Amino acid sequence: MTHARNTKVMNRFDLTQRLVAKLKDEAVVGGIGNTNFDLWAAGHRPQNFYMLGSMGLAFPIALGVALAQPNRRVFALEGDGSLLMQLGCLSTIATLAPKNLTMVVMDNGIYQITGAQPTPAAGHTDIVAIAVASGLANSSWAADEDDFERLIEQSLSASGPSLIGVRIDDKPGTGATRRDPVQIRERFMAGLGVRELL
Amino acid sequence: MAAASPKDTTSPPTWHGIVQQTLKRNEIRLVPYVPDRVLTTLIKNLHADPYFTTFPTAREEEAVGIVSGAWMAGMRSTVLMQTSGFATLANVLASLAVPYQIPLIMFVSERGTLGEFNYGQALVCRTMRPVLDSLAMEHHTITRLDELEFIADRSIKQAITTQAPVALILSPLLTGGKVFDK
Repeated sequence: MTHARNTKVMNRFDLTQRLVAKLKDEAVVGGIGNTNFDLWAAGHRPQNFYMLGSMGLAFPIALGVALAQPNRRVFALEGDGSLLMQLGCLSTIATLAPKNLTMVVMDNGIYQITGAQPTPAAGHTDIVAIAVASGLANSSWAADEDDFERLIEQSLSASGPSLIGVRIDDKPGTGATRRDPVQIRERFMAGLGVRELL
Repeated sequence: MAAASPKDTTSPPTWHGIVQQTLKRNEIRLVPYVPDRVLTTLIKNLHADPYFTTFPTAREEEAVGIVSGAWMAGMRSTVLMQTSGFATLANVLASLAVPYQIPLIMFVSERGTLGEFNYGQALVCRTMRPVLDSLAMEHHTITRLDELEFIADRSIKQAITTQAPVALILSPLLTGGKVFDK
């Protein structure tokens, strides 16, 4: 039995709300599908970036933001199925080691949005163990909601990137992101102080 | 014939030297890449130049994600890859770079033509321009050293000002390519 199976099954929207409640001007990158739907539903902020495709790239996009703005905390929210498509990015992030990057993996073991089919990792793979083996030493499963909030706080002062695994239920996302990619990017750039909205 | 002393010789321009200087002039600092034999000297020199943050990624689309994030946060970047790496990018081009209007600047070392010895590479190469054309993406195939700086510099500036991706394909006519030597 993996350590993951000893953790409480939580809810994506609830955890996302708990994270957003702590934020000021931090950047948040929401992965494709339910992960960014719940980020949107938790209350839009100009520092949020919502992905409408390119499954698996939430962590790489967040890495780029973290490298470009080393003084801004960057959170990335990604599903387990998405991360499985891009496991190599964990090695890249471990090598570049930006200390302003906090990654959250929402792990329900299924492709919820396509009909809740189990991922190939569902039965036997421990995603946090993969992260540790990739060189991300600050990687932990959150035991429950309080532990999730504690790990988020802890990541803010970490000396390297952090990854938090959370077991979540099979509920769909709450709401749906407005699918306007140019508006999403333009607002995000304004939120990061790169541009002013006219 | 009198041998010129080393002091008097200036080394002739190289394609990789021109690329490096053109990147610098356009303030492109972040260079994730998936390596290619032809790109070896460029990659080595970029690593050695502290102006650049140069690093390998596991996949080309990962590099595209990284430079997209960096652009939105105010840092200019480019991605280096080989033809076969470009062939893995259709999804990220169509769902991130093009619709979000990201000035993704790609240097693609061209395998698969002008002396290719691997049939698979030759076939992969034939998918590249149709993918670029299907998304109406700007692309140029650079064959001549004397045109490289103009094409690269203007294309980088156009990508940034028009917020559109560009692929700069480095032909074996420019780089020498990779030849069958075993």
